[in-house]
Amino acid sequence: MAPGERRSVPAYAERLAWLEAQEAQTPPEQRGRRLAVRGWAALWPKVLAIAIVLAIWQLIHVSGWKKLIFPAPGATLADLWDQLHTGLLWRAIGITSERAVIGFALAVVIGAVIGALVSGIAPLRAAVGSLITGLQTMPSIAWFPFAIILFGISTTTILFVIVLGAAPSIANGLIAGVDYTPPLLLRAGKMMGLRRLSLYRYLILPASLPAFVAGLKQGWAFSWRSLVAGELLVIIANQPSLGALLSTDQDQADMQGATSIIIVILILGIIVDMLFGVADRAIRRRWGLTGTA
Amino acid sequence: MVRQGNAMTVTGQRPTVEGVTGAVQLKSVSKVFGRGRSAIRALDQISLEVPPGEFTCLIGASGCGKSTLLNLVAELEQPTSGEVSVSGRVALMFQEPALFPWLTAAGNVELAFKARGAGRAERRERTAELLDTVNLAGFGGKRPHELSGGMRQRAALARALAQEADVLLMDEPFGALDAMTRDLLHDELDRVCAGRQLTIIFVTHNVREAVRLGDRVVVLSSRPGRVIDEFAVPIEHPRRIDSAPVAELAGRITDRLREEMSHGAR
Repeated sequence: MAPGERRSVPAYAERLAWLEAQEAQTPPEQRGRRLAVRGWAALWPKVLAIAIVLAIWQLIHVSGWKKLIFPAPGATLADLWDQLHTGLLWRAIGITSERAVIGFALAVVIGAVIGALVSGIAPLRAAVGSLITGLQTMPSIAWFPFAIILFGISTTTILFVIVLGAAPSIANGLIAGVDYTPPLLLRAGKMMGLRRLSLYRYLILPASLPAFVAGLKQGWAFSWRSLVAGELLVIIANQPSLGALLSTDQDQADMQGATSIIIVILILGIIVDMLFGVADRAIRRRWGLTGTA
Repeated sequence: MVRQGNAMTVTGQRPTVEGVTGAVQLKSVSKVFGRGRSAIRALDQISLEVPPGEFTCLIGASGCGKSTLLNLVAELEQPTSGEVSVSGRVALMFQEPALFPWLTAAGNVELAFKARGAGRAERRERTAELLDTVNLAGFGGKRPHELSGGMRQRAALARALAQEADVLLMDEPFGALDAMTRDLLHDELDRVCAGRQLTIIFVTHNVREAVRLGDRVVVLSSRPGRVIDEFAVPIEHPRRIDSAPVAELAGRITDRLREEMSHGAR
């Protein structure tokens, strides 16, 4: 009898199981080195982009266009550096950030509640579904006259407009997530005996997480815009904010100061956006939606 | 529990029929999708009786309403007319594993226990047992996308078993797998079934697979689906898909299917 014929079925099955297991094992990786390589790969295009912007800026300055008012990049960065050593800018950053956090948190809660209700109740969706999308496209600065008449020159006015700007995106994100829960998973969940609340808790909500995070990200962009616009219009005494500083710089025709504040606003916006990017990628990796999982 | 197509369906507790669990009975069941001219008759007067503990394979060309039939038994759809009665709980396995991607393999199995109201310690223990049963011990912490196709389907089998059903419906569960992996899973399914009192309705379009696994093979016609023939499978276990008796019976069933298809073509 040849050796091959003696092979019994269980041995063959074991071998296959072993092969499958090998296949499923991810290869060991040189973690430290890979992290450094990945970090550099993500970093150099950004550094290059900043260098190009500074170079163009410097060129415009050297060309002499609006020489008296157009600031040099060096002088502007020096001005920013000085401002970072005064308490005023940090206080302004603190107040603006606080408003951003409170406004965005309110928008998340309100948007999520509205999204949950609208996605779950058909008549409500028919009634306000398109209104939510309509609100999303509304420029939030248009709300300020309305809000100022309603709440006066106050933080409430700013928060009100942030919520109006961000909540529709957040609600729509959740609605999209619920709508696109894969039907196959829904069938599987129902077969497992998940009903109503448990179906929501264990299936629909986790399934809608990626769309919800996308909604949060968009909501953040809207709330940051609304906030800065609001701070330019609604200036409250003794509450220095980034918008208020920007407005003061405008009044004093302080171009360097204004440019510094714009840079600060840009950087803060980018940092928070990156945080959402990290969350989004973490979810995608967890779900196996990326090529590099 | 008996469901009737024309009556309102009362969902809720499923009563078991006179102490017998795991029996499935269809009495002249028809299912029509849509209305008027565009109506499609998926199933036509199907009568089928599956006694407790039997492994029944349903076979037929695509479009014969096999999946619809399972959906009716699983109560995911209601019959247009006729009666579907099932005693005991039903679990359903699909061609795709349909695992929840945000949970690990163990988490998926555990959720089935959770849905049944099992306590944490019990869930952990029984999940570990089931993963061991389907040869996935050590892979419980992996997410579905980190597993191979065969392993995913085994995790799905563990999840179906965790539902502690009396009737297990399998809708071409190995259809998307390569032949070798499928072979391995046939052995595993045999092993899993041997230790349990499970009624299985297994849908496939692979005749050899049906003969390899089933106690009985039921042949359906294409659109509308009707039962045209059935074959008992008197072959001793363990069976091999490439053994002579399996091939011989599969050949006869294939001939019957061909005959039916040529009728349909005329």
